[in-house]
Amino acid sequence: MQNPVPASEELHLKPAAARAPGSRKTAGRALVALASLGFALVLLVQILHTTGTIATGFSDWRPILIAYLMWAVAFGTGQVLTRGERGQRALFLLPAVFFTVAVVIFPTIFGIYIASLDWNLSSVEGPRFSGFDNVRGMLNDSYYWNALGNMIFYTVAVLGEYAIAFGLALLLSAEIRARKFFRVVFLLPMMLSPVAVSWMIGKSLLEYRFGPAATLARYLGWDNPAFFASPWMARLSIQAMDAWVSIPFIMIILLAGLQAMPKEVQEAAKVDGANGWQSFWHVTFPIMLPVSITVLIIRIIFKLKLADIVINVTAGGPGGATDTVSSFIYRVYRDRSNVGYGTALAMVYLLMIIVLLTVLLRLSKRWTQKVV
Amino acid sequence: MARSTLVPKPIRRHPAAPRAKRLLGRMLIYAALLSWTFICLFPIYWTVTTSFKSAIDVTQAHLIPWIDFQPDWKGWRSLGLSPDTLFGTSTARSEFVNRFVNSIITSVGAALLALILGSLAAYGLSRFRYKFAWMRNDDILFFFMSQLILPPVVLALPFLVLYKALALLDTRFGLVLLYTLSVLPIVIWIMRDQFNAIPIELDEAAFVDGLSTWGAFLRIILPLALPGMVAAFILSLVLCWNEYFFAALLTSTDAKTLPVMVASQTGSQGINWWSMAALSTAAIAPLVLVGIFLERYIVRGLTTGAGK
Repeated sequence: MQNPVPASEELHLKPAAARAPGSRKTAGRALVALASLGFALVLLVQILHTTGTIATGFSDWRPILIAYLMWAVAFGTGQVLTRGERGQRALFLLPAVFFTVAVVIFPTIFGIYIASLDWNLSSVEGPRFSGFDNVRGMLNDSYYWNALGNMIFYTVAVLGEYAIAFGLALLLSAEIRARKFFRVVFLLPMMLSPVAVSWMIGKSLLEYRFGPAATLARYLGWDNPAFFASPWMARLSIQAMDAWVSIPFIMIILLAGLQAMPKEVQEAAKVDGANGWQSFWHVTFPIMLPVSITVLIIRIIFKLKLADIVINVTAGGPGGATDTVSSFIYRVYRDRSNVGYGTALAMVYLLMIIVLLTVLLRLSKRWTQKVV
Repeated sequence: MARSTLVPKPIRRHPAAPRAKRLLGRMLIYAALLSWTFICLFPIYWTVTTSFKSAIDVTQAHLIPWIDFQPDWKGWRSLGLSPDTLFGTSTARSEFVNRFVNSIITSVGAALLALILGSLAAYGLSRFRYKFAWMRNDDILFFFMSQLILPPVVLALPFLVLYKALALLDTRFGLVLLYTLSVLPIVIWIMRDQFNAIPIELDEAAFVDGLSTWGAFLRIILPLALPGMVAAFILSLVLCWNEYFFAALLTSTDAKTLPVMVASQTGSQGINWWSMAALSTAAIAPLVLVGIFLERYIVRGLTTGAGK
């Protein structure tokens, strides 16, 4: 397993006494072997019980969880016993690794299995293996492709959020009074839960009959201020709400980047006679490019998870115009209880995200290298 | 730099654009700042005031309390939180309190668990060199960070099935596990940066004093890393408090959190605006307070690493 090597040999080299003697090594190995055996046994009993081969067993799978936990503890102890100081170092990393394996790796693999099933939770018959039927169904599911198309719009809109956030960060880094006040206020939208925002803005501020925004729009001459009736308007409204919540995040990181920028650079530009726009475009912006790319990628990662606001404001409507992939899969499950199909859609989506992000990371490396 | 001595200063080059232009610039800056302040605060203001409005004030778009309309505890009464109903019994209030407590327990529990697991892993990754099969420290860090890209939908349905088998559906513990997973990468990221900033000579000195690896970590390094831990904790708390997707799928009655309650009220037809507004206000109030008083920790947590 883990084989920690000291960061610098002379620094962390412990006296020979810290190495485990033979008997402790044996005890450690025995402990791990015993724990593994016990865990395997509990698992086997439960599997046989569930498939109906034997009568003894547990009513649910919770004991498996406890057995896994005990196995993990025994494994950690075994590491310390057999490997001494190195085992103690491995102990720092092991809890997080075991946790991640249990709640990410295993469910993901399990998800791939579910994706190949025809499984409707509400139907009487249980799961049935169907191979690639779900994926084939997906290819003909125009709603899914429509949701993916919407995701492209939402992702590209990140650039707009970025532009506004950059403007705000520049404002905050200018010589202003009450900077702290403005910073706190500008940060506030990020703190609010998207669900509350869905009601506060989506369902009341933008409400057709007496929302203040609709009233304002009527006053400004828009006769029929329906923010969620036409597809493009609805998409823009959802995007505006998401931007309201997420601009502070981009802004804060850009602001930190601006403040870390050496003052001399801008002064030099000023002395050279550059006007505001020139010094921004030729000095500030290139220096901020690495930070910008980092924050854009993080923001895109979060944007690809967008669901809460859509689920709560439009439920994907009108006619799927505002659907994100996440909200669509949520409805596949909520309305049709179709676990197998929903998971298959999610898995395909995950693959697309991985490909997209790999490309983005590659490109960003190239871009930043060119500039810096 | 050398040219700077040759070129006259811009102010001297444009003698006609002194104070007036500067003043205009200032005014534009403040106008922009104030208009964005309005955009940020108006929805919050609207929600808080609406919770004190009656039907007619809502339909006629009255905005300013005491001038436009007479505030009334209407919305809060429907939640059982107005002064006159506060000490009576109220089913709405007990439900609200229950959801509120669920939210607190799940978010604090998950933030703590993530902080413990994440700090340990981050310290290990910052101080020792690990090798696991082909994976070195950087690969292990990337492995942890890569979980950030996992959209909740990928895990949601498998978890639904797994939790059903584990009898963890609709339990707070089940939610804590999931929330921990969603903030763990962020905690590891922040804490590794924090530990990297602490000089390794301190560990060295602790070893010389006879402390073990764990003793040095617990007694010397951890107290020094406290500011980073607070930042990571608060950021995790905010993220967990606002989480909706998993909670909506995996809870039904017992472990429902506040966002799920808000969402379920939104869905029902004919809901009163004032009670929705009161509920929303109550749901966002803790975080608005956190945002106002602990802002610097959040900024610190967010800007770790990304700001470099």
